[in-house]
Amino acid sequence: MAQTLKGADVVIIGLGAAGGIACLPLAEAGLEVVGLEAGTWLTRRDFAPDEIRNNVRDWPQAVQKANHEVPTHRANASAPTTRAASHPMMNGVGGTTLHYWAQSWRLNPWDFKVVSETTRRYGRARIPAESTVEDWPFGYEELEPYYDKVEWETGVSGKAGNLKGELDLRGNVFEGPRQREYPMPPLRGTGFTDLMAAAARGLGWRPFPGPAQINSRTFQDRSPCMYHGYCNRGGCHVDAKNGTNVTTIPRAQKTGRFRVVTRAHVTTIDVDARGRVSGVRYVTDGQEFVQPARVVLLGAYVYENVRLLLLSKSKAFPDGLSNNHGQVGRHYLSHATGASVTALFPFDLNTWYGLPAQGVAVDDWADDNFDHAGLDFIGGGNLWIYSDRRPIQAANMNTFGRAPGWGAQWKAFIRQSADRANTAYLQKTTLPYEANYLDLDPEVRDPLGFPVLRITADYRDNERRIAAFIQDKMEAWYRAAGAIDIVRGPLGTMGPNTHAYGGTRMGDNPETNVVDRWGFSHEVPNLGILGGSVMGTSGAHNPTLTLQALAWRTADHLVRSWKSIAE
Amino acid sequence: MISRRDLLKVAGAAAAGAATAGAERAALPAGAAPAAHPESLHEQSSPRRPLEALTADEADLLTAIVARLIPSDPSGPGAVEAGAVTYIDRSLAGPLSSSREAYRRGLAALERYATLSRGQPFRELSPTDQDSLLIDVETGGATASGAGFDGSSAAFFAMLKAHTWQGTFGDPYYGGNQGFVGWAMLGYPGVRTAVTPDDQRLGARPVPLRRSAYDTDLFNKA
Repeated sequence: MAQTLKGADVVIIGLGAAGGIACLPLAEAGLEVVGLEAGTWLTRRDFAPDEIRNNVRDWPQAVQKANHEVPTHRANASAPTTRAASHPMMNGVGGTTLHYWAQSWRLNPWDFKVVSETTRRYGRARIPAESTVEDWPFGYEELEPYYDKVEWETGVSGKAGNLKGELDLRGNVFEGPRQREYPMPPLRGTGFTDLMAAAARGLGWRPFPGPAQINSRTFQDRSPCMYHGYCNRGGCHVDAKNGTNVTTIPRAQKTGRFRVVTRAHVTTIDVDARGRVSGVRYVTDGQEFVQPARVVLLGAYVYENVRLLLLSKSKAFPDGLSNNHGQVGRHYLSHATGASVTALFPFDLNTWYGLPAQGVAVDDWADDNFDHAGLDFIGGGNLWIYSDRRPIQAANMNTFGRAPGWGAQWKAFIRQSADRANTAYLQKTTLPYEANYLDLDPEVRDPLGFPVLRITADYRDNERRIAAFIQDKMEAWYRAAGAIDIVRGPLGTMGPNTHAYGGTRMGDNPETNVVDRWGFSHEVPNLGILGGSVMGTSGAHNPTLTLQALAWRTADHLVRSWKSIAE
Repeated sequence: MISRRDLLKVAGAAAAGAATAGAERAALPAGAAPAAHPESLHEQSSPRRPLEALTADEADLLTAIVARLIPSDPSGPGAVEAGAVTYIDRSLAGPLSSSREAYRRGLAALERYATLSRGQPFRELSPTDQDSLLIDVETGGATASGAGFDGSSAAFFAMLKAHTWQGTFGDPYYGGNQGFVGWAMLGYPGVRTAVTPDDQRLGARPVPLRRSAYDTDLFNKA
C-alpha cells in the first residue's frame, strides 16, 4: 500500500546535471522543493584512481538502477534488436556530473537556427528531406545569460574568444558573443597539446583550450585540478570537478527548503481529474511512496524522461503523459562521436596524466564556421585533442599493422609504443530524422516489470559525409604534428549514448514539440522537463552546459510564473 | 619448452614475490621489476596460493596460455609473473562470476581442440604450436572443430585476452600486475594523486611510483 507523503511545492525527478541545477534557483526563491534521486551520495573517498573499477567495471556504485534499464536498440523498424550490457549513465546525487569529462561548451549560434540559416545561406534544399529539424524557439542570445550564470555559479574554466564581439585568438573566435570572461583561466596545456596547437596554427587554423567545469585554480573554496589521469569515468578525489553534487545541490540544501531523497526509484507520474500532474510515485526497498507536488520537474536522463512519460498512462493521457500529440519519443538523436582517428607518433607523447578536459580544440570545421557551398552536407565537427592514458587502455592500443595483438612481437611493440598513440575526440552535427525515435520495448522489462526503452535510430548520409570530412581534417592535423601512421574507426551505430537528445523536444508548435519555449509541457501546464530531451539539435559540442542553462532558465520561469503554472 | 612443472613453480614464485615488502618495490625503477626467467626461479618456488574459482587443472592450462599471450622473455617478465591467472581466478569468484561457466567450457574446449588438431594436450605442445593453436582460437578457426566451443572460439579468446590484460596492467589490488611488471612494461609512471606541469612536459620522465591506489588511506576499497 502506497504511503502518501506531505506535499511539496516542486518535486524534481533526478538530481543529475539538470535537476541538480534547477533545485538552486527554486529553493532560493522560497519554494519547498523535494529532489528524488535513485542513487546515493558518493564522496571523494569513493573516487579511487583505479582503472579496473572506473573503466573496466563501469564504476560500481551502490545503486544499479540504470544498468537494469538499458534501452534496446535497432537501426530501423525491420532490423534486429540488440541490448548493450551496461548503461552509459549512472545513478547518484550529481548523476553523471560525478564522473563525466566536464567539457562545458556553449552551443554555436548556428545550432539554434539550423533551418533558417541553412536556407538563407545555401537554400532550403540543403536540409535533408527526411530530417525533422526545426529552429529552436529562441536564439543563442536568449540563453547567453543562463550560460553565464551556470559558468559562474558552478565554476567553468576557459578562455573567451568573443567578448561582446571583441575576438581573441587565444579563445574560440567562433563562439557566440559572451558578456564576460570565464570565472577561471583554462586548464593548463601539456607538452603534447602545445605541440598540437602549434601544428594547427601552422595549418592556418585557430586552436584554443576547451572550456571545462573543472577548477584550474581554487574556486568557491574547492581545490584546483590535480591532473592525475583518472577523471575519465572517475569522480574527483579533491572535488575539483564541479558536478552538481558539490556545487548547486549543497547550496540549495543550505536554504533549508530543499530535501534530497536518495534511493528513490520513480515509477510513474500521477495525474489528477483535471489532467494536471499531482505528484510522483516511487519505490524504496519495496515500499511505495507518493510524493504530492504542485509542480513536477522531470529531470532524469533522456531515455528515462521519455520512458517515465510513456509509462505514466491515465484517462487524460492514454498513450502516456503529455503524449496526446504523439510527440514523446520523436526527434531523437544521439551525437555522432564515432569515426575516430588515431595517430602513431615516432616519439613518446607523455600523456599518462591529465584529463579528457585538458586539451586543445579546433572549431574551424564545426557548425557553419566554413563555407558549405561546394559540399554535400550541413554542419561539421569539433576536433579535440586531450591528455589521457591509463595502463589497460594503453595496452589495448591499436598496433597499426606493425605487430600482432599478442605474443613476443606484440610485447616488443608495446614496450616501445605504449605512450606514442593518440585518439582525437570528434563530435559532429547530428540531425533528427522521421524514422529515428524512442518507444517502449515490447518484450524486454526491468526488474520491476516495466518495459525498458527501445531506440530505433541510424545515421544518414549527412552524418556519414561529415564523418569522412572531419576524419580528413583530423588526419591532416596529426600529420602536421609529426604523426607517422593513422587509423580511422567506423562511425558506428546509434545505440545508447552519453550524448542523447530529443524525445521531448522544445518548440512553439505543439504538433511537433512536447514542451514550450520555457520547458513546460504543451499539454500539462504544471509539468516541466529538464535535460537533453528538450534539445532539438546537437551542434558539435558536449550538451551538458546547454541543458544546465536551459534547466536554470526553466526554473527561473517557474519562479516568475508560479501562480499561473502551479495554481 | 617450458614444462607444466616449471609453470607451476613460476606462478608460485610470482605469488610469493608479490607478498614481499612493498618498500623495495616502490624504489625499483621502471623495467627493473623482479623475477624474469623461469630458470632463475627454480630455487625460489613455493606452493601456489589457494585457488578461489578455478580448478588446479584449469589454472595450469590458463597459465600456459597467458604465458604465450604476454610471454616472459629477455625484455622482462610477462603475464604469468604478473599474476594474471590469480587476477582471473579471484575475479571469477567475485565480480566476474557470470563468466565462470564460460571459462569452464572454453578451457575444456581448447584442451579438446589441442588433442583433436595437434594430437597432444596444449601444455605438451611446442611454443610455436601453442601459438598456432591460439591463432585458430583467436580467429574463430577452432569454432567448427567439434571441440565444443560455445558460439565462436573467437569470443572465448577475446574474453580471455581482455581479462589477461586487466590482470597484467590493472591495479595490483585485484591480484594481478604483481611486482608492477605490467606498468613497467608500458613505462607507466604510476598512480599519483597530484601531477605537476613538469610531469606533463614532452620528454619528461617522472620517477615511477609503484603503489596501488589503495596503498594510501584516501580511498574506500572497491
